[in-house]
Amino acid sequence: MENLLTIAIGAILVNNIVLTRFLGLCPFFGVSTRLRNASMMGFAVIFVMTASSIITWAIYQYLLIPLNMEYMRLVVFILVIASFVQLTAIFVRKHSQRLHRAFGIYLPLITTNCAILAVVLINTMVKEYSLLETIVNSVATGVGFLLALVLMAGIRERLDLADPPGAFRGLPIAFVSAALLALAFQGFGGMLL
Amino acid sequence: MRIQEFTKGIIKRNAVFSLALGLCPTLAVTIMVENALGMAFAVTFVLVLSNLIVSVIKGFVPPDVRIPCFIVVIASLVTVIEFIMRAYSPTLAEHLGIFLPLITVNCLILGRAEAFASRRPVADSILDSLGMSVGFGLALIMVSAIRELLGSGKIVIFGHEIVPTVLSSPAVAMTLAPGAFLTIGILLAIMRRFRVI
Repeated sequence: MENLLTIAIGAILVNNIVLTRFLGLCPFFGVSTRLRNASMMGFAVIFVMTASSIITWAIYQYLLIPLNMEYMRLVVFILVIASFVQLTAIFVRKHSQRLHRAFGIYLPLITTNCAILAVVLINTMVKEYSLLETIVNSVATGVGFLLALVLMAGIRERLDLADPPGAFRGLPIAFVSAALLALAFQGFGGMLL
Repeated sequence: MRIQEFTKGIIKRNAVFSLALGLCPTLAVTIMVENALGMAFAVTFVLVLSNLIVSVIKGFVPPDVRIPCFIVVIASLVTVIEFIMRAYSPTLAEHLGIFLPLITVNCLILGRAEAFASRRPVADSILDSLGMSVGFGLALIMVSAIRELLGSGKIVIFGHEIVPTVLSSPAVAMTLAPGAFLTIGILLAIMRRFRVI
C-alpha cells in the first residue's frame, strides 16, 4: 500500500512527466492557451494513458515475453496505442455527441504524444511494474500531466494581458514561464518518500 | 532535385526553432554536448531512412492507412538504431535512456514523412531529410553547449576537454529542467529579434 502511494506521489509531483521528465511537450505548449482546452486534453490523456498501459502490459507479459520477442515491443506498443486511440475516437463519435464535441479534436493528437509511449515503456521495461502498480503509475502520471497543463494554461491566460518585449511574445515567453514553473517543481525533488 | 530542399531545413525552417517540432529530446538530452551528438546521429539515421522508405513505398500504400504504415516503418528503424547504439556505444545509449526508443514518436520524423516524403520524389525527400537533420543537430548542439558550459563550467566530449573550466562555481540549475526551458526560450527570443527565423 505504501509502495503504491510512493509511486503515485512520485509520478504526480517529484517526477512530473512534463516539468521534470520533459515528455508531452508538444501538447504542453500547443493546447495550453485556454484553461478549458487544457483540462479537456488532460482528462483525455489520463484515459488513454491508463487504458493503453493495461493493454500493453497484458500483451507484454502474456505474448511478447513467452515468445521471446521483447525486441518487437516498440512496433507493437505504438500500433496498440494508435489503434486504441482510433477506436476510442470512433466509439465516442458514435455514442456520445457531447463527449465528441468536447474531446473530438484532442484524441487524434494523443497518438503522437510521447508521454503515452513513455509511460508504457517505463511500466514494462524500466520498472517492470505489476498490473496494480502499472495502473497506479499511469493514472498518477496522467494526473501530473493534467496538473502541469492546467497550471500552464492559467499562466498563459494571464500572459495574454501582459506586455512582454516584442521578441518574447508567444512561444518564447511561454518557455520562460515554463522554466519558472519547472524551478518550483524542483522543490519536490527533496521530498523523502 | 533542388539544392534548396537541403538548405531550407538548416536555418529558415529549422525543426526546433521555427517549426517547434521534436521539442522533447531537445530539452531532455541536451545536458551534455556528447548526448546531443548521440541524439542527433540517431535522429539523422531514422529520419533519412524513413524519408527514403516512405518516399519509395508511397505508391503502394492506401491513403487511409498511411499513418500506421509510416509509424511501423519508423518504429522498426528506431529498433535498429537502438540495437546499434547498445552494441557499439553502451554508455551513450545509457545516457539517452528512454529517449532513444522515444524517437519513434518524435513529431519531426512523422511530420516529414507525412508532409514531404509521402508526396515528393525520392531524391528530394533525401535532401529534405538531410537538411532537417542538420538543422535539428545544430539546434541540439547549440542548446547543449550553452547548458553544459553554464551548468558544469566546461565542455567535455568523449573524454576530450573542448573548453577548459571557465566557471569555478557553475549554475547547476542549467543542467536541470528549468535551465532547458530558459535556454530555449531566450534563444528563440534572440532569433526572433534578429529575424534569423
